[in-house]
Amino acid sequence: MAFKGAVVVDTEKCKGCGVCIANCPTDTLALANKVNSKGYPYAMMANPDNCIGCANCAIVCPDSVITVYKVKI
Amino acid sequence: MAEKLLKKGNEAIALAAIRYGVDGYFGYPITPQSEVMETLMEEMPWETTGMVVLQAESETSSINMLYGGACCGKKVMTSSSSPGISLMCEGISYMAGSELPCLVVNVTRGGPGLGTIQPSQGDYFQAVKGGGHGDYKTIVLAPASVQEMYDFVGTGFDLAFKYRMPAMILSDGAIGQMMEKVELRPQVQRLTDKEIAKKYGDWATTGKSGRKANFISSLALEARDMEQINLRLQSKYRIIEETEVLFEKHLCDDAEYLLVAFGSSARICESTVEMARSKGIRMGLLRPITLFPFPTRIIQAMLPQLKGIMSVELSAGQMVEDIRLAVNGAVPVEFFGKMGGIVFSPEEVLNAFTAKFNL
Amino acid sequence: MDTHDIIKPENLVYGKSKVLTDTVMHYCPGCTHGVVHKIIAEVIEEMDIQDRTIGVCPVGCAVFAYKYIDIDWQQAAHGRAPALATATKRLYPDKYVFTYQGDGDLASIGTAEIIHACNRGENIVVIFINNAIYGMTGGQMAPTTLLGMKTATTPYGRKAELNGYPLKITELVAQLEGTCYVTRQSAQNPASVRKAKKAIRKAFENTTQRKGTSFIEIVAACNSNWKMAPVKANKWMEENMFPFYPLGDLKDR
Repeated sequence: MAFKGAVVVDTEKCKGCGVCIANCPTDTLALANKVNSKGYPYAMMANPDNCIGCANCAIVCPDSVITVYKVKI
Repeated sequence: MAEKLLKKGNEAIALAAIRYGVDGYFGYPITPQSEVMETLMEEMPWETTGMVVLQAESETSSINMLYGGACCGKKVMTSSSSPGISLMCEGISYMAGSELPCLVVNVTRGGPGLGTIQPSQGDYFQAVKGGGHGDYKTIVLAPASVQEMYDFVGTGFDLAFKYRMPAMILSDGAIGQMMEKVELRPQVQRLTDKEIAKKYGDWATTGKSGRKANFISSLALEARDMEQINLRLQSKYRIIEETEVLFEKHLCDDAEYLLVAFGSSARICESTVEMARSKGIRMGLLRPITLFPFPTRIIQAMLPQLKGIMSVELSAGQMVEDIRLAVNGAVPVEFFGKMGGIVFSPEEVLNAFTAKFNL
Repeated sequence: MDTHDIIKPENLVYGKSKVLTDTVMHYCPGCTHGVVHKIIAEVIEEMDIQDRTIGVCPVGCAVFAYKYIDIDWQQAAHGRAPALATATKRLYPDKYVFTYQGDGDLASIGTAEIIHACNRGENIVVIFINNAIYGMTGGQMAPTTLLGMKTATTPYGRKAELNGYPLKITELVAQLEGTCYVTRQSAQNPASVRKAKKAIRKAFENTTQRKGTSFIEIVAACNSNWKMAPVKANKWMEENMFPFYPLGDLKDR
């Protein structure tokens, strides 16, 4: 069984620490080239097709800004 | 019929705590007040009223247990003696800043430092002017009898909860250790957790149930916020000064000379007044019962009839400064005192008085 | 399938706990405090005890914990949280009471309070964040600072002859009769976060069984004061902190 996932980052609250990126097993995430109003480059799905919805990113996120969705395919 | 017992002042404090429905006592042994916790442990109130009694690892810990208990809207108290109260001043300042009620009993001894275990009133400044850091006050009650030791537990808690601030009973080793008849008051029921949540739910940390979360702290990093907290505290203190002054006058109606003394000193001065009167000196005694709020206006109202005032204290002269502030130079204010645990006799007080006023 | 089709309420697998507020945490990017706050909130939500939990927060970076976890909080003087928690739990035996303390707070100025609360076996949970440095005051040496580690007050590295040795307070409290559960965890990757959360849940459950004090150390990173990027700080922690502060249960009874 395979899964496909997607994450939503609250970009205004993200501080761009990169811990989610380091813990993403599928290289889905990267820091954006843009910054939010606080000046932080925020995390985003650079390769959305890679996401398997494992939620590792959200589990390690210190600011609880990541919401994870997943479907069976 | 009233229930009367022969008790030490310290024992009276313990019995009063149980009878007044206190929720928790947290303390640490120190002479001359150890009987308070000893009596509580003998009485085992946790079996009867459900009161918690705990011997802490230090005075620092005791006062912070009070801080936690007071956060919960519970009636909590401790007792100690001078060096222990110094350690507690951190916690008392935090509780004043967080606007929390509690009762601290100080059965004082002579200082500074480890000092002596004999009675002293050298902690007046510490009690009345704050003691810890920052602009704060505690309500200070000065008992002069074992009955007042008992009764001021209730008075102290009533005022502490009315104004949400720490109250202190400033006693000394003499009152703590002496035995007198004490009339016990009827048992007051402890509030249930539900009653506390209803009564103090707008501020106490009783568990966030059906309301927004409560948070208790004395921290306000923004200067403007901290200023507002200070202004609120000060306005509270002004109201207390207006409305909560307690005192006792002895033979003051026709007095030309006034002794001012509190606690055990006041008991001695009563005899001095009788002796002076027998020699034709029209002397009276004012005994402040609340040291904060100080009976400033009471003294001021007496000024037209007075030729002089003498403050009599077991210290180097502390309360005398508050009397001088009240009098503002209108009549001479003298001081007589002894330090280090030495107690004066009524004759010594009278001799000092006649010498200072050339009578 | 398109991302757009996946992001639907019925497909939600992980979201922010309802016990966390919407306030943006003041912690530095990548700070371990945020992760630990989150798992405490999740445990409180999963156990459905939000209305019965009282937290005691410390002096230090976590002084503002009350802004983030939506429960009743008391903010203690530096090091005194276990004394507040002692009275709170004894006066409300049916509530869940926990302290949240850093290494300076718990293992330095509050050593007496934590040792005696643990020794009395108070039925509370202690969450101890050990990042080996004073965070809020700007990176001074903590009791848990490693030998050789540079801080604002050990600019040439901590030396035993000058500064004494790093304190393994968790090993110390494990010796005490009053503690029932003493464990050392971390929160830098998904596996460690899950384990830490499980430990916190167990600790909260212990308090209802009157088993004694549950003490959870979380070895943490303070990337700002360690002067490292967040991911690098977590790696440095694994390589340098874990050998001296080994993870795992020290006591479970």
